[in-house]
Amino acid sequence: MSSAITIDLILKIWRQQNIHARGALQTYTLNDISTDMSFLEMLDVLNDQLVLAGYDPVAFDHDCREGICGMCGAVVNGQPHGPETETTLCQLHMRHFKTGDTLVIEPFRARAFKLVKDLVVDRSAFDTIIQAGGYVSVNTGGAQDANSLPVSQKNAEEAMDAAACIGCGACVAACPNAAAMLFVSGKISQFALLPQGHPERRERALNMVKAMDEEGFGNCTNERECEVSCPKGLSIRNIARLNREFLKAAISLP
Amino acid sequence: MNLDAKIPAGNLADKWDKHRFESKLVNPANKRKYTVLVVGSGLAGGSAAASLAELGYNVTCLCIQDSPRRAHSIAAQGGINAAKNYQNDGDSVSRLFYDTIKGGDFRSREANVYRLAQVSNNIIDQCAAQGIPFAREYGGQLANRSFGGAQVSRTFYARGQTGQQLLLGAYSSLSRQIKLGKVTMIPRREMLDLVVEDGHARGVISRNLVTGEIERHAAHAVVLATGGYGNVFYLSTNAMASNVTAAFRAYKRGACFANPCYVQIHPTCIPVHGDYQSKLTLMSESLRNDGRVWVPKHRGDSRSPEQIPEAERDYYLENKYPSFGNLVPRDVASRNAKIQCDLGKGVGETGLAVYLDFAEAIQRDGQETIMRKYGNLFQMYEKITDRDPITSPMTIYPAVHYTMGGLWVDYNLMSNIPGLFVLGEANFSDHGANRLGASALMQGLADGYFVLPSTIATYLGQCSFDPVTATGEGFAEADDAAKKRLDKLIGLNGKRTVDDFHKELGRLLWDNCGMARNAEGLQRALAKIPELREEFWQNGLVSGTPNEFNQTLEKAGRVADFLEFGELMVRDALDRKESCGCHLREESQTDEHEALRNDAEYSYVSAWQYQGGKSPVLHKEPLSFENVELASRSYK
Repeated sequence: MSSAITIDLILKIWRQQNIHARGALQTYTLNDISTDMSFLEMLDVLNDQLVLAGYDPVAFDHDCREGICGMCGAVVNGQPHGPETETTLCQLHMRHFKTGDTLVIEPFRARAFKLVKDLVVDRSAFDTIIQAGGYVSVNTGGAQDANSLPVSQKNAEEAMDAAACIGCGACVAACPNAAAMLFVSGKISQFALLPQGHPERRERALNMVKAMDEEGFGNCTNERECEVSCPKGLSIRNIARLNREFLKAAISLP
Repeated sequence: MNLDAKIPAGNLADKWDKHRFESKLVNPANKRKYTVLVVGSGLAGGSAAASLAELGYNVTCLCIQDSPRRAHSIAAQGGINAAKNYQNDGDSVSRLFYDTIKGGDFRSREANVYRLAQVSNNIIDQCAAQGIPFAREYGGQLANRSFGGAQVSRTFYARGQTGQQLLLGAYSSLSRQIKLGKVTMIPRREMLDLVVEDGHARGVISRNLVTGEIERHAAHAVVLATGGYGNVFYLSTNAMASNVTAAFRAYKRGACFANPCYVQIHPTCIPVHGDYQSKLTLMSESLRNDGRVWVPKHRGDSRSPEQIPEAERDYYLENKYPSFGNLVPRDVASRNAKIQCDLGKGVGETGLAVYLDFAEAIQRDGQETIMRKYGNLFQMYEKITDRDPITSPMTIYPAVHYTMGGLWVDYNLMSNIPGLFVLGEANFSDHGANRLGASALMQGLADGYFVLPSTIATYLGQCSFDPVTATGEGFAEADDAAKKRLDKLIGLNGKRTVDDFHKELGRLLWDNCGMARNAEGLQRALAKIPELREEFWQNGLVSGTPNEFNQTLEKAGRVADFLEFGELMVRDALDRKESCGCHLREESQTDEHEALRNDAEYSYVSAWQYQGGKSPVLHKEPLSFENVELASRSYK
């Protein structure tokens, strides 16, 4: 059996009513937190206490709580999704902290991610980038038999590695330039590795990168912070592939 | 009321083709004159919105999360079934049909299930064409695996993230249509009411979850793809925002709710570990291929599992079901785990768990082989529980996972309110009393990509081309009602949090309307739920204001609906005095304490109609079986 021990924490949480208000870190003490709790359950406990005491609870995005929807995320002591590798905030458990720890909890900050409230940010810029070309243009109904287009197992596996992105935005929050290169490169790589993506690969690379720039994301300077923070382990080799795709598209004739 | 399922006449295999031929079409030039509102952006809603837009309709799509890519379809792990017969192992449309209808314990419509099996192959073609990275064989062909309830290998998969990849495929098609201007995507919206004018669905009222603004959306037809209601139990494998509000609001506007008591409880989940727990995590049931399920023979035995000698362990599934052993179906495994815990033989900190032990398999096959098979699951388990299944047995317990019940729809997926269509888990149509693994993704995409785009034309073909407006009386009334309800909720200034009520409701339903039910317990729940609801409206506590991002208020609205919906579930369970599919009705069991279905009296779909303050009325849609023989299940 796991040892069901409890810890006491000091939380410094970014509180901001909305994009127009001024924000600040507020300090809370939280006692008797079971180490079996997830990080978000710890915030639930705090919020219950705040509501019962007549205060506004801390707003944070979350949904599936099993690490796949990409909705949750905050920066914990400077690290997006906290200290564990390849772990979303909802899958981070309190046993990784010890009693007396101070946790500074902030939203994912980037020019392209406008703050909504407290730890909640607007990541619709990611949707805009996908709308610019993150698809294969195929209407429902006209598809050929699925086995008529063989894909080597190696390419299928690599495409799956790239497609594992959950769109959480940790890569942007981790990057000193707030670049979205890892996010964009995941989608570009998936389709560059699969034959289905080839007819549109040129337009896709140009349009998605253009949308990325227009949304206000920064550029890649090979800091590799994105790779370290990615809860799904996306490799920056995808960024190298994105650069190749973009370069080929940019110098080829339309 | 006459519930006409509109099943086409003719041979089972020809019905869908014949129906499409006989249905109305909308001229391509006229499609742009119609607006369709889709609520929900999961597999069903996302695929429907994209496909309708491709056809030329104007689509508005609302979703509750910050992006359509996050709908809970994304969490499905295992795979998607299709009758491709790529493995040459004897699969066919007929076999997929039969497995699905038998798996549903003969409580679904033959025609719907057959159509599902027919379009399953188109789904795989469509998804492959979208560039979904399905698992492949060395030769480049698609790989398959086996799943419960089938003897053929027909499940397509993308590692353990099939739902994610299929959803991102639908999302990519949707994104393309958003860019083309054919879909207006409106995220962070919660549907608060359905608007019905002149007996037709005309739109919805939603709340902007960022600003709190109440908005009206008008359309020629409304499509609900808002998922299941498993969160009525508080703890389930559903996402936190999954709720019954959209479906329940439609019910209160006249749409019949079918089979609300049909709930699937998955046997292998990580057990509850404390009051603060917010959700349950599923572990793939493939683990039961090598794990042995046991509890201590003596109740209250608190020794650690390694200290309990072989002779003092009860491998209850192997003992009770010698031929299937640990691989009995989901419902049997779940029910027996509960029985052992109710006997006081449960293990773990809460006593609500049983062991799933790999020691023998590791000894037999070696650690390396077992890790190759289950390594990722073992890691996931260890991440959550901090225990290593190699050195100590896993603890597992059943959890609410999927709801087969939903809004009643006909063969066209239209509810009894003209112009209101319901897709995916939100409807009741294809899984009967039990859903087979890898069939949820199939149904969501079948409804959205292939069924609705055909069947909606029959309805729209009769609508006038006049643009829709949200200025009618129906909108004014629903808008006003939504605002008043929010004011009432925000005025709750009592002493108990919303979650506290939700937990109590969940516990009540889990105890009395879960895997095993009896009349006495159901009557108890039926008496208790209105009391709890009353207390909620007296002593609930909601903070903040309605005109801001307010997650407490959102939750309160959902829980208020669960508190009414739970009662409907219990009523339905009371009516169905038979055991079938996922539930055991204790009054209806064999001499050997196995589930006893009663085809003579209960071969019907229960469709409940709201009656204002009075008890709802039950309409029965009889189920007739012309192509399959009703067999009873035995796993001894």
